[in-house]
Amino acid sequence: MSTHNIPHPEAATAFLKDKERVQWHDETLWFVRYKRDKIVNEIPEWEQLRELASQIKDHTLSRLDEYLQEFEAAAISNGVTVHWAADAAEHNRIVHGIMAKHGAQKIVKSKSMLTEECHLNEYLEAQGIEVVDTDLGERIVQLNKEMPSHIVLPAIHIKKEEVGEIFHQHLGTEKGASDPLYLALAAREHLRQKFLAADIAITGVNFAIAETGAIVVCTNEGNADLGAHLAKVHIACMGIEKLIPRTEHLSVFLRMLARNATGQNITAYSSHFRKPAAGSEMHIVIVDNGRTTQLGREAFRNSLKCIRCGACLNTCPVYRRSGGHSYHNATAGPIGAILAPNLDMRKNADLPFASTLCGSCTDVCPVKIDIHNQLYQWRQVLTQEGYVPAAKTASMKVMASVLSSPARYTFAGKWARKFLRWFPSLALNKKLNPWARQRDLPEPPKESFREWYRKQASGK
Amino acid sequence: MSRDKILTAAKQNKPALVALPEMATFAVAGTDLVAAFTASITKAGGAATVLGNLLELPAKIKEGWPDAKRVANFIHGDSSTNESLLKEVALLDLVVLKGQLGVAENGAIWLTNKDCVERVLPFITQHLVLVIDKQTLVGNMHQAYEVMGKQNPDYGVFIAGPSKTADIEQSLVIGAHGPRSLQVFIIE
Repeated sequence: MSTHNIPHPEAATAFLKDKERVQWHDETLWFVRYKRDKIVNEIPEWEQLRELASQIKDHTLSRLDEYLQEFEAAAISNGVTVHWAADAAEHNRIVHGIMAKHGAQKIVKSKSMLTEECHLNEYLEAQGIEVVDTDLGERIVQLNKEMPSHIVLPAIHIKKEEVGEIFHQHLGTEKGASDPLYLALAAREHLRQKFLAADIAITGVNFAIAETGAIVVCTNEGNADLGAHLAKVHIACMGIEKLIPRTEHLSVFLRMLARNATGQNITAYSSHFRKPAAGSEMHIVIVDNGRTTQLGREAFRNSLKCIRCGACLNTCPVYRRSGGHSYHNATAGPIGAILAPNLDMRKNADLPFASTLCGSCTDVCPVKIDIHNQLYQWRQVLTQEGYVPAAKTASMKVMASVLSSPARYTFAGKWARKFLRWFPSLALNKKLNPWARQRDLPEPPKESFREWYRKQASGK
Repeated sequence: MSRDKILTAAKQNKPALVALPEMATFAVAGTDLVAAFTASITKAGGAATVLGNLLELPAKIKEGWPDAKRVANFIHGDSSTNESLLKEVALLDLVVLKGQLGVAENGAIWLTNKDCVERVLPFITQHLVLVIDKQTLVGNMHQAYEVMGKQNPDYGVFIAGPSKTADIEQSLVIGAHGPRSLQVFIIE
């Protein structure tokens, strides 16, 4: 299940070939945005909540080392084993180490984008351990041997007939079945067996509370709890940025997360894990993997405030029409585009350019991350570092030169109008003019605005 | 050691101190909490009914789930029956538990590990009944955390509906891995 390294523009072009499917994908995701807006408009204090959430996270980042230590001390006094992983590889080794110590063979995992980022499943499978993703969307993509395409709705790019085919192959459901209820119930039975047989349950962490050492996991399916309460060992994996200072702060985030993500008031389950049950073990793996580096980047540090609601993906016109897989990263969309370059500038240089800078992402962000600003800032950094294709850099230089000189601008405009009038078919040639691939060009005017204005001014 | 590496980097790279904001409650006076709670839980695929008295409950359970065989009722149930039912939690049809409070804005009910009896019970059962006292209803999550925020239980959960998923082409299916239904009884 390796991520393809096709740059976003090419991957998006391939995605766009199936126009009907793109329309379906676009409308499906926009509907999630619509549901979000509907419910957000029912909360008169929404903007105040955003400000609170943003400030709580800003404050936490400004004292991150202290809160990490407070959290660790509290968790340890709760009887939880705390592990620290500097990077993805260490995270995977630690998680595997816990499994090896217990001789665990059967693992269930509820949704954790961090474990996707670390490619944990691949690592464990190479060690001969079966990991079953229990979030239904995650299970679907797992069976289909692909990455999730959305951080909240992993299988949003898959149609129900295709789910039917996947389940027919792997779960033995009827061929040609596509009824979501039938398929979901088949998955219920199949995954129930996995829960009951699991040695170890891995969960993600939505929020980690520094003052108590507790972690909070939010699901609609109940799969995090079924895993954690039935298995003897619970491993919770978290990025360092998941911390919030106090239990009372959960009220702000739990009011916002589901509303912003899917347009529901709250997830069916918001589980607070502090101490393992008698006879059980609980581990927390605290992961850096580039986050402290991002913390040091003044322009990009507040991307760490993200609570992974996915609203920026749902609203982004580029994401909706290119699909999550075009971003070749565990986290796609606008937030993925400002997080990924921090880890690997060369590989992810295309992502901040996969944007019209419309700013809709910034608008919907519950913690006020200035996403579209950061997309722009990353473009500057990546160009300066030399990761942008030469052709783009060159054309930007030419454009800068033309736009900065009135004489050059007038000259270029005059000859562009002549060219369009004399050689329209050349201008519209899709091979020569990339702008003509999806657009018609306007009728070239006989004169520029300046020429018209001068005529008016002189009374003609 | 990675711990030291990470903490040192965090200390070095963190921005200048930003003050922690004051929390607000956003309380709204005069809401009909029962109506609001009922609307929220219904929207989430569950149901809420008001009972005048806790003594009405056993009859309601019989009436509502006539075919349920393995019913673990921790409000009125027989403790030895419950004990033997707990030996095979995966076979439970119905579990009846008492919740500590209800939140009107989203239909959430708070239970700690003690309220759950065993942590897995509210999740493994096919159907779930939660009972709350009307006086424990609050308007929103800020008010809820004011009440239970300092409890610090070993485990706690806000349950706000039956389990569900929309992962198959955004079609809502009630009863994903957890209970297929949630019925709340609000006792006057």
